[in-house]
Amino acid sequence: MTKPLAFACLALLPALAWSAARAAQDAEYERPYRVENGKVDQATFNGYRRYGNSCLQCHGPDGSGSSYAPNLTDSLKHMTHEQFNYVVINGRQNVTASQQNVMPSFGHVEDVVMYLDDIYAYLKARSDGVLGRGRPERLPR
Amino acid sequence: MEMLRRAALALVLATAAGGASANPDLLRLQRDPNQWVMANGNYSSWRYSELNQITRENVATLRPVWQFSTGVLRGHEGGPLVIGEVMYIHTPFPNKVFALDLNNPGRVIWRYEPTQDPSVIGVMCCDTVNRGPAYGDGKIILSQADTTLVALDAKTGKELWKVKNGDPAKGETSTMSPLVVGDKVLVGISGGEYGIRGHVTAYSLADGKLVWRAHSVGPDNEILFDPQKTTHLGQPVGANSSLKTWEGDQWKIGGGATWGWLSYDPDLNLVYYGSGNPGTWNPSQRPGDNKWSMTIFARDASTGMARWVYQMTPHDEWDYDGVNEMILVDNLQVGNQRIAKALVHFDRNGFGYTLNRENGQLLVAQKFDPAVNWATHVDMETGRPQVVKEFSTRAGGEDKNTQNICPAALGTKDQQPAAYSPRTGMFYVPTNHVCMDYEPFRVSYTAGQPFIGATLSMYPPKGSDNLGNFIAWDAGQGKILWSKPERFSVWSGALATAGDIAFYGTLEGHLKAVDVRDGKELFSYRTPSGIIGNINTFTHRGKQYVAVMSGVGGWAGIGMAAGLTGESEGLGAVGAYKSLADYTQLGGVLTVFAVPN
Ligand code: HEC
Repeated sequence: MTKPLAFACLALLPALAWSAARAAQDAEYERPYRVENGKVDQATFNGYRRYGNSCLQCHGPDGSGSSYAPNLTDSLKHMTHEQFNYVVINGRQNVTASQQNVMPSFGHVEDVVMYLDDIYAYLKARSDGVLGRGRPERLPR
Repeated sequence: MEMLRRAALALVLATAAGGASANPDLLRLQRDPNQWVMANGNYSSWRYSELNQITRENVATLRPVWQFSTGVLRGHEGGPLVIGEVMYIHTPFPNKVFALDLNNPGRVIWRYEPTQDPSVIGVMCCDTVNRGPAYGDGKIILSQADTTLVALDAKTGKELWKVKNGDPAKGETSTMSPLVVGDKVLVGISGGEYGIRGHVTAYSLADGKLVWRAHSVGPDNEILFDPQKTTHLGQPVGANSSLKTWEGDQWKIGGGATWGWLSYDPDLNLVYYGSGNPGTWNPSQRPGDNKWSMTIFARDASTGMARWVYQMTPHDEWDYDGVNEMILVDNLQVGNQRIAKALVHFDRNGFGYTLNRENGQLLVAQKFDPAVNWATHVDMETGRPQVVKEFSTRAGGEDKNTQNICPAALGTKDQQPAAYSPRTGMFYVPTNHVCMDYEPFRVSYTAGQPFIGATLSMYPPKGSDNLGNFIAWDAGQGKILWSKPERFSVWSGALATAGDIAFYGTLEGHLKAVDVRDGKELFSYRTPSGIIGNINTFTHRGKQYVAVMSGVGGWAGIGMAAGLTGESEGLGAVGAYKSLADYTQLGGVLTVFAVPN
């Protein structure tokens, strides 16, 4: 009896450790930015820049929305990182008699796919209210 | 003998009417103030009307008399056409066209809705705007978002012919209003943010066959330049004038989109238009003057050959597209010279230019907003702007944020066309009053993907709490006569009339009328949504009407929906940083106004 129990306990230990690490990772995954005194890490800065190249023309300056595309700082209050990735990779069309909304799919666009986590980090920092509008300063490396 | 002479004359007239470049019908119609047959009122792009029933004295009593919802939400640029007793209006994507009966106001005679792949919406840089169809020879010609040019029977709305002008898979789209010139219809192309190569193309009005195509950048045979006969400020341009100013194959993704307005001088048989930004917004990636981006072109309407060119912003570092309307005026006094045929152009770069339109000689280049700071002045010998190093994003280089550049990329004025009154000799100009920070960075080109390579933040000039002005401009002297501040950019096309009033719309949605003498506001009415459309006027059964489309959006709707950068930092003087979304929402509506009997 003892043996299997001990075995089970042993088996459980790494699982626990793993899930703790997973929780830390999840937090990192959902909040992948560093902001100190309004300055951001390199990845978040890159996200700001890539956002400017590929998303701003629809979602407006600083992720704040335009007359026709949603404010992404609001969207990220209820979307998970996973859901965000899904929409950006696959796009979404909402074209009816009264709507002409097209979110393009970026699955084949290197400058977006490669830096998707950075774009997310930037928008998430904006959404969490830890980063203001405009061009952020970079933290020293 | 007399009989014979008459017969001979009749024969001459008949041949002229059937001749290659004549379109006497349209030449006559564009002079008739009772109709509004082309986007900017006449071939000279005056946006002026001889009608004078609505005056300084009675304009305050102007009232909406009927309205029509287009059922489309996004930005409504351009304006209505009126031909006879029918008004033609259009919408942004899906680019519907409605023929409305003026005898039974708002009744739909016919409607047309093209079938387009909605994925084109994803490659339109600045909302899904369209600046309206053209009219000629009983046809309504629409340039759809997906670059299909389609001719419709003006009576029935039936398709007569269709031709594809570009490829949205490469980021080529269309937003502009075509122009019918003689037996051809001319149209350009959008996509300056996608590394396309711009061109203007002439199609046969009868059947849509391609007659000529002139690129903005590339080899001489593709830009239709004659090295000896095509001139820049009076000098022959020489061989390979475009290729020489690009590194390697860069010209193939060289931009020079042609999405603005076309004007035409029937006596000279020349068409005038401007080209947009070169390639990426990161100047370090494309050394050289990048000719002939940012250029005014004068081309022979029959062959497309360039007579003269003038590059306003060599090696652009700020996205100052040169596509705004070219206004053609006669007998303009410039200093002690009387210029028989002048061209006046309000550029995005903040300079108001006056040229001799016969030979492209530069006469005046002055700032039409005192905030403009990126260049001190334009050298009148070389035509080159004298760039201020502090505001040069090229001098700053990649990954360096250059700050406080005025104007912003939106320009001191974008496509929203100005008006010219031959009664006052003055120009009435809708303007932006916005500055920016601009940081270029390296990008790679992928067909059909944004090719921008710069991040921008925009805000009002230091010490200003307004983002726009409506101004009166003296093009002979290069001086602002008066300037009326507006909370937001003035993004609507103006109209001047013989009643000595000028009309414009605001982003909050007001249609306004001002006194041409001093800009004093005489009338204001709030339409259902922000106005980025252009105002027109016409008569029906002898009575004067004014019409405009509301429907906020366009570039203004992107930049200002959430307010400009700076709001959260609380720099804010009252109102200036307020978001447009607090004032207006989407929705396309036509409103027709009249003074009560
Ligand atoms: C051509 C315009 C356009 C571009 C470019 C664009 N988007 Fe979108 N996006 C939209 C529209 C329109 C919607 C709303 C679609 C709908 O109504 O379903 C949207 C929706 C989204 C959503 C879902 C928001 C929500 O609340 O459900 C996300 C996330 C998003 N976009 C991210 C991005 C990112 C990141 C980029 C740049 C890589 C980008 N978008 C580029 C137009 C655009």
